[in-house]
Amino acid sequence: MLLIYCPYCEEYLPEIEFHCEGEAHIERPANMAELSDEEFEKFFFIRENQKGIVFERWRHIHGCGRFFNVVRHSVSDKIIMTYKAGEPRPELTDEQIAAALPPAKSTPANEAVWTVDKEKAQ
Amino acid sequence: MTGASVNTGNNRIAGKGRLSPAKTVTFTFDGKSYNALEGDTLASALLANGIHLTGRSFKYHRPRGILGAGPEEPNALIDISRDSARRQPNVRATCQEVFDGMKASSQNRFPTLEFDVGAVNDFMGRFFPAGFYYKTFMWPTQAWLKLYEPVIRRAAGLGDSPTEADPDHYANRFAHCEVLVIGAGAAGLMAAKTAAQSGKRVVLVDENAEMGGSLLSDSRVSIDGKSGPEWAEVVVSELHAMDNVTVLPRTTAFGYYNHNMVTLVERVTEHMNNPDPELPRERMWQVRAGKVILATGAIERHIVFPDNDRPGIMMASAAGTYLNQFGVGVGSNVAVYTSSDSAWQVAFDLTEAGVNVPAIVDLRDDIDEKLIAEAGKLGIRVLKGHCVVGTKGRLRVKSIEVEPVNGVSKETIAVDCLLMSGGWTPSIHLFSQSRGRVKFDDATGSFLPDVYTEDCVSVGCCNGTFDMKEAIAEAADAAASAVGGDKGAVPEISNASSMQGYKIGSTKGAGPDDFTKAFVDFQNDVTAKDIRLAVREGFQSIEHVKRYTTNGMASDQGKMSNMHGLAIAAEMLDKPIPEVGLTTFRSPYTPVTFGALVEHNKGELFDVTRRTPMHSWHEDKGAVFEDVGNWKRAWYYPKPGEDMHAAVNRECKATRESAGIFDASTLGKIEVVGPDAVKFMNMMYTNPWDKLGVGRLRYGIMCREDGFIYDDGVVARLAEDRFHVTTTTGGAPRVLNMMEDYLQTEFPEWKVWLTSTSEQWAVIAVQGPKAREIIEPLVEGIDLSTDNQPHMSVAHGKICGVTTRLMRMSFTGETGYEINVPADYGQQVWEAIYAQGEPMGLTPYGTEAMHVMRAEKGYIIVGQDTDGTVTPHDANVGWAIGKKKTDFVGIKGLKRPDLVAEGRRQLVGLKTIDPKVVLEEGAQIVDDPNHPIPMPMIGFVTSSYWSECLGHSIAMAIIENGHNRMGETIHIPMPDEIIKAEICSPVFYDPDGAKVNG
Repeated sequence: MLLIYCPYCEEYLPEIEFHCEGEAHIERPANMAELSDEEFEKFFFIRENQKGIVFERWRHIHGCGRFFNVVRHSVSDKIIMTYKAGEPRPELTDEQIAAALPPAKSTPANEAVWTVDKEKAQ
Repeated sequence: MTGASVNTGNNRIAGKGRLSPAKTVTFTFDGKSYNALEGDTLASALLANGIHLTGRSFKYHRPRGILGAGPEEPNALIDISRDSARRQPNVRATCQEVFDGMKASSQNRFPTLEFDVGAVNDFMGRFFPAGFYYKTFMWPTQAWLKLYEPVIRRAAGLGDSPTEADPDHYANRFAHCEVLVIGAGAAGLMAAKTAAQSGKRVVLVDENAEMGGSLLSDSRVSIDGKSGPEWAEVVVSELHAMDNVTVLPRTTAFGYYNHNMVTLVERVTEHMNNPDPELPRERMWQVRAGKVILATGAIERHIVFPDNDRPGIMMASAAGTYLNQFGVGVGSNVAVYTSSDSAWQVAFDLTEAGVNVPAIVDLRDDIDEKLIAEAGKLGIRVLKGHCVVGTKGRLRVKSIEVEPVNGVSKETIAVDCLLMSGGWTPSIHLFSQSRGRVKFDDATGSFLPDVYTEDCVSVGCCNGTFDMKEAIAEAADAAASAVGGDKGAVPEISNASSMQGYKIGSTKGAGPDDFTKAFVDFQNDVTAKDIRLAVREGFQSIEHVKRYTTNGMASDQGKMSNMHGLAIAAEMLDKPIPEVGLTTFRSPYTPVTFGALVEHNKGELFDVTRRTPMHSWHEDKGAVFEDVGNWKRAWYYPKPGEDMHAAVNRECKATRESAGIFDASTLGKIEVVGPDAVKFMNMMYTNPWDKLGVGRLRYGIMCREDGFIYDDGVVARLAEDRFHVTTTTGGAPRVLNMMEDYLQTEFPEWKVWLTSTSEQWAVIAVQGPKAREIIEPLVEGIDLSTDNQPHMSVAHGKICGVTTRLMRMSFTGETGYEINVPADYGQQVWEAIYAQGEPMGLTPYGTEAMHVMRAEKGYIIVGQDTDGTVTPHDANVGWAIGKKKTDFVGIKGLKRPDLVAEGRRQLVGLKTIDPKVVLEEGAQIVDDPNHPIPMPMIGFVTSSYWSECLGHSIAMAIIENGHNRMGETIHIPMPDEIIKAEICSPVFYDPDGAKVNG
């Protein structure tokens, strides 16, 4: 279970107090009524959903009730930082990224054999 | 009972072990009574009484005995009961402490443990290779369900589930600490001792009753001049005395989760004779630790040789534990088969205790001279470079067959016990669960922790540090650095036993060309041959080999078998072990009971129950309740002799003829306040709100951005800058969440405040032609005449002396009021209104009658008549969309091509041709009932009721192009008939609305 720092409460609190609300930094277009279907598709349906560093919205729903943003590595589940809603998407330093990466594969142990074969095949 | 006169087993060795002979208990095994010492495990008690045979194997029903002395035990799974309700199957005899009156029974045997008819499977063994069930019972599919599966399940298996409800309770606790030490062997105790000196919070857990790990069965080691057990006792009592340390014996750390969250299960009463009923049976701990120190030790591996599973063949370290900790000799003529130094010490201990050790058979040629010398001194025969190639004995091993590794001269040695040791496997389970990466270490033949993901550190045997001196130093260092303190004096250690040497994979006699059963996984009956077959049949990934053979998939999760299975597969694949990889370790480390996981969350405490302020009144009136979300809502109020149908008909009729009273308190209520409140309402709802006058109500529709209906409800404008918004009963939290989301993240500059007021207001609906007449005398300060308070308006005033927001509105189609009063006054006002109205026919009605009456009017229920793919137009509420609005949530979604296309599924009414037939909600609708199957489905019934007031059934349905098909006939095929119905307007009752406005 994650420990999440609420930037409003200024405290690390357990995940059960929070609710993930999907990808961050997707701004609702001001000219919503005039959007083309393609633009609407991009706004409403298309998400990065990547394996790696994700920027996502969380709400401290059983606490202060505020929405804020979390930068998390979706493989290691390490949280790089949290910041208040409305703040710009932060530039991450190399050190911050390195600290969140899952451990390098020192050996193929713990990995299924097919990954080894796949690498060989390439 | 006095200890001296009680026989606690003929295999007790006087002067050995840590149990007091003065304290005895009595238990039964398979109906026969035995004595034991307090502190015995069931395994040690049985062995003391000369019993090795404890079960029948999973697949072949082979006789099996106690193999180990710890949680890795694959064989001795026993059914333990205290009384008929407190029975638990599949308990490891090696972990269960004996208590007075305990009833233990063997499992998976019929009719008895000694004679089991299922054992025929053993002779048929060559017909049951890996994947046998997959290959054989392929068809017909139906036979799986009715024939194969039940038979296979009965023949192959573990214990039976208890049939009675569990009468015990379980507890849950959260804990926080700077250092969590898991495992209280030499390394764990040293780590806890060092960390505790800092004064920081330390939690020490160990799965055994007594802390000390292998120290408790170490007869030689000296730590600071004390014996192993003495040193452990001193450290544990020091830790117990410290306020900053929590010591948890009988507690298993079974799961390692993100950000150093570790779950523990503490067995509180499982060992007690007569537990205090106030105590929980088990306690679940969720510990968040700053640093986790893993001192989980290592598990001894068996050796894979032919017929290595007979009762009496067991782990060498287990025999050491039974001797030194429990004072039990596992046999009287005990040979040792090993490739590790540690088993030699056990042979020495046994010999010194008077047990005959006919031979130590060691696979290795190169053996420490000191061990050989000591064996010579004790007169033990040593067979270097030899192996055991066979065993004999049906219910107990009788002899072993020994052969040189490089030679053919066979020799038979009579034994009543064979101890084996293939070396030690570090317990990296929790480390691996923490998503740490492991690395294969050739020196120890094991996978060791390599790269850490969580803030933890492994010390001692689980880190491959088999030397006790190094392990203790490593533990002290790790603990000191975890607390930022000084590691202090490290104890002096002498005479520590060696754990060098190992063998993984199969040995002579269990090779690819041998037709022998050499067990790799005892619990799932997987042999070396099965693993080879899986590889030959094309399974290359160790994860696939595991699943095909079921190696390591039993309740012991392969604690002993995984490394052997891996080595045999690697040999067949001709790959080094690290390239084949290791299967993933998952939580839980050992089986955890459902009781511990469920802890308090059962029965009344399973979920929140929400009750309205008038709940007790409904109860007094005999209401039947239905669950709506967490709410208990009055469903209907049956009078004596009435069924639900009769009660609902009466309630509807009374409401339409005179008046009804209904508890609508569960409606979600949100107060939207602020200078930008109108702007915000315009954004959140499809409706225009600018022109809604103060004191007026409007039915609002809320969409998502995709244009589909999300929620609906009546909104009151209380002031220019204040709205009283109602939502569906179940929708209140998500509507508020969506509003907060837009307000906080899209329009943070708007001056609007949102407050949930759902539980602040009790809502009493009074509906029907006499509604006004009933409440008028109770109301102060409001003129109820239609001119002054028409349909869809709100007024402030008092009712029965209580402040009210009195709304004239209707969900029944009658003249009606929804009277909002502060929740604390709900019941009193309700009672006053009821007293006033009852003589005029005022009748309480429940949610079922409410549903019937709203359906008669064609009012939708979001979530029943809509399903997340229905637009306001589809649901006949397109009028609620502000045509001139330039923006609202869903404005673009509603313009998408599919949402404006012709022929969408739309909400319509249905009248059955036979007016007495009531359709089934959810029934599928087709155009042509004679169409060959599959018939194209054009829609489905969403709401359907008998309308007593109209004298016929009514229904609503979602049908393709429904709005343009009024008057057409469609068909509803049911299992026994095809029902015909006509598409009509969903407004069945008072279509002009004369009554509602009257």
